Amino acid sequence: MAAVNSRKLAIVAVVGIIGTFAWLLYGGLDKNVVYFWTPKELIAKGDAGFEKPVRLGGQVKPGTVKWDDKTLDLRFVVTDVDGVSDIVVHSKGAPPQMFRDAMGVVVEGRYGRDKVFQSSSLMVKHSNEYKAPKPGQSGKDMVKTLMQGNSTT
Amino acid sequence: MIGTLAHGAILVSLAVVAFGMFFIPFAIKRDRRDWVALAYSAVYTNFLLITVATVAMVWALVTHDFSLSYVAQVGSKATPLFYTIISLWGALEGSILFWAWVLAMYAAAVVWINADRPGNLVPYAAAALLGISLFFGILLVGPADPFKPVFPVPLDGPGPNPLLQNHILMAVHPPLLYLGYVGMSVPFAFAVGAMLSGEVLTDDWIKITRRWTLSSWGLLSAAIIAGMWWSYEVLGWGGYWAWDPVENASFMPWLTATAFLHSVMVQERRGMLRLWNLNLVVGTFVLTILGTFLTRSGIISSVHAFTTGTIGYYFLAFIAVTLLVALALVAGTSGRLKDEKRFDGPASRETVFLLNNLFLTAFMFTVLLGTLFPLVAESVKGVKVSVGEPFFNRMSLPMIVALLFLMGVGPALPWKRITMPELKAKLRAPLVGAAVMLAIAIAVGTRNFYALVTFAFVGFSGASNKFEFWYGIRARQRAHGENYLTALFRLMAGNRRRYGGYVAHLGILTVALGIAASSTFRTETEATLKPGDSMTVSGHTVRLKQVWGREEVQRSVIGATLEIVKNGAVTGTIEPKMNFYPTSQQPVPTPQVKSSIAGDLYANLQAFRPDGSSATVRLIYEPMVPWIWIGGMIVVLGSVLSILPARSRA
Repeated sequence: MAAVNSRKLAIVAVVGIIGTFAWLLYGGLDKNVVYFWTPKELIAKGDAGFEKPVRLGGQVKPGTVKWDDKTLDLRFVVTDVDGVSDIVVHSKGAPPQMFRDAMGVVVEGRYGRDKVFQSSSLMVKHSNEYKAPKPGQSGKDMVKTLMQGNSTT
Repeated sequence: MIGTLAHGAILVSLAVVAFGMFFIPFAIKRDRRDWVALAYSAVYTNFLLITVATVAMVWALVTHDFSLSYVAQVGSKATPLFYTIISLWGALEGSILFWAWVLAMYAAAVVWINADRPGNLVPYAAAALLGISLFFGILLVGPADPFKPVFPVPLDGPGPNPLLQNHILMAVHPPLLYLGYVGMSVPFAFAVGAMLSGEVLTDDWIKITRRWTLSSWGLLSAAIIAGMWWSYEVLGWGGYWAWDPVENASFMPWLTATAFLHSVMVQERRGMLRLWNLNLVVGTFVLTILGTFLTRSGIISSVHAFTTGTIGYYFLAFIAVTLLVALALVAGTSGRLKDEKRFDGPASRETVFLLNNLFLTAFMFTVLLGTLFPLVAESVKGVKVSVGEPFFNRMSLPMIVALLFLMGVGPALPWKRITMPELKAKLRAPLVGAAVMLAIAIAVGTRNFYALVTFAFVGFSGASNKFEFWYGIRARQRAHGENYLTALFRLMAGNRRRYGGYVAHLGILTVALGIAASSTFRTETEATLKPGDSMTVSGHTVRLKQVWGREEVQRSVIGATLEIVKNGAVTGTIEPKMNFYPTSQQPVPTPQVKSSIAGDLYANLQAFRPDGSSATVRLIYEPMVPWIWIGGMIVVLGSVLSILPARSRA
């Protein structure tokens, strides 16, 4: 009799745990899926696009990067391949050293109702193709500049 | 020349492996042990041939033989010798070659150690290992051929991925991971062997399997910790775990292997959970192949995903074949597998192991779901999604604290059942431990619910596991009049497996403590400094001395020298750097960490003005991070203790 009761107990416990687990899993996934959208797709969502965790992928629009190294505010525009759908992105903290115009980026964050995308993390898309850095922007050139600067001080 | 030699070796090994794999069942059917012995030489020959191919690759890398595709892809004359050698596992083809070599080595070791064992378990296991070798051999002549000729021969190559040549842990993490990951093939092979030979009906095969699982588990644990360490030291964000698909890939088989190491004790002691254990072994192996598929097929972009190509289809096919064969075998066996006994009481060690298995597998399924969901969503619904860290944290924390709690309950409970007075006596010390830790946690300002529960349970289980040593020592002192250290030594020598397990528990608890403390009390700040400016994070002040540049053979380095200032005096310097490799547009962050047992001061150079007039620095203080690495070493120590053969009692 005691054995039967403990078996029942065990079954109830297992079913209970699995049930709770399934419920948590469902709720957890539902709330925490981050969609990957381009600026065009995000704008097309209209109201449904606001205040949701989103990964926004596009290009840094040339001439829009503003970085204030005092307040650490970084602002730039991410544009779609069409070059028309623009979204203003704001983030806190230094941009990657080689952050530059027309580079592919993925920013994670939320699109606010004030039409500013508040980014919590910024990833630069690495392209596998090698492109020669512009003069003055290769590591070698920068080291050279720095060493000259140090020797004069 | 070298390419021809290596190609030849791999092709011959394919033939040898295929022969051995099909000849073993034939030899068993005819009951010819001498034929089995002949087939075993296929295992050794395969090891020899793959060794030849691997050595040829290392030789080609070292001599910069750019006529071979792999060398042309990862080699570079400027790369230091050390990183040239370890670039063997720095890209797809080389890593598959290395995998095949580790597998061949394991197969040879299994046959070498167990050749004299009577019965058909080992021959069938050898055939299964040859079957897996065949798959990797096919990859090496097909989609992952590292010895393809290149024409015209380039004069120099791009060198390894900059991220992979920036830290010495690249020589530690990958080999450990392969040893642990590939090692899970051995328990799987024994499970297949047990089912084919009928030995699955006795529990003897489980003893061999447990040993091999334990060694692979120890190596995998070390690899995961080393990977966390690498990520912490190299990536510059001051974290060590991000639920990245690649991390998950290594973590899932670890979870099921951990479950197996516990449930196997129930089978040995009580003859229960036989079918379940079989499934855990099969599941662990399939998860390692799935993990390799995720990380090697290019389906997920990360530092581990090397190229896109057809190799993914090969892996999917292999997973499908493995699952079909394994499930057919398990289904064929399940009718004959009966558990000998039933569970006696709810408060017993068996019950705790059962719950432990329930949580560990639920944990694995959570991670699996979170990892695969984006792939499924994209292929089915065509939407690109990712599952964020909040999902994993929210789902895993309840299971982690439950497991931490069970880790203390299990050792305190005896097999079968316990009486109420015994239970009270056993739980006194753990409850005191929990109360002390909770009090300390509240006193230092912990307010987060899960952090408080974690600290309390670490106290609970830490006391419980430590007291198991204490009870044993006391008993020996009473019986033999030994002094404390002799008693401890003899106690552990007498039952290495049990006490090795408790040592591993203490290691895991140390890791948990480090993670809880560092994630709860991490503080960080970012600022742009001119030379002479300073910044402070939780009482630690640094002052920028200068921004400098330096040319090294294979890279250009830009660094910021920061003085650590305490009470107006300079007590040391911390020097975060950025390494520029000629083949990469992005510099590789090279943070510097000043470690102490209390915590780490972590500095990363985020940006700098080209003229050196300012540097933007992220400064992080993370308490108790080194406890994670130390805990990892304790876990490894525990598994080593458990594997050592038990000596006859002193």
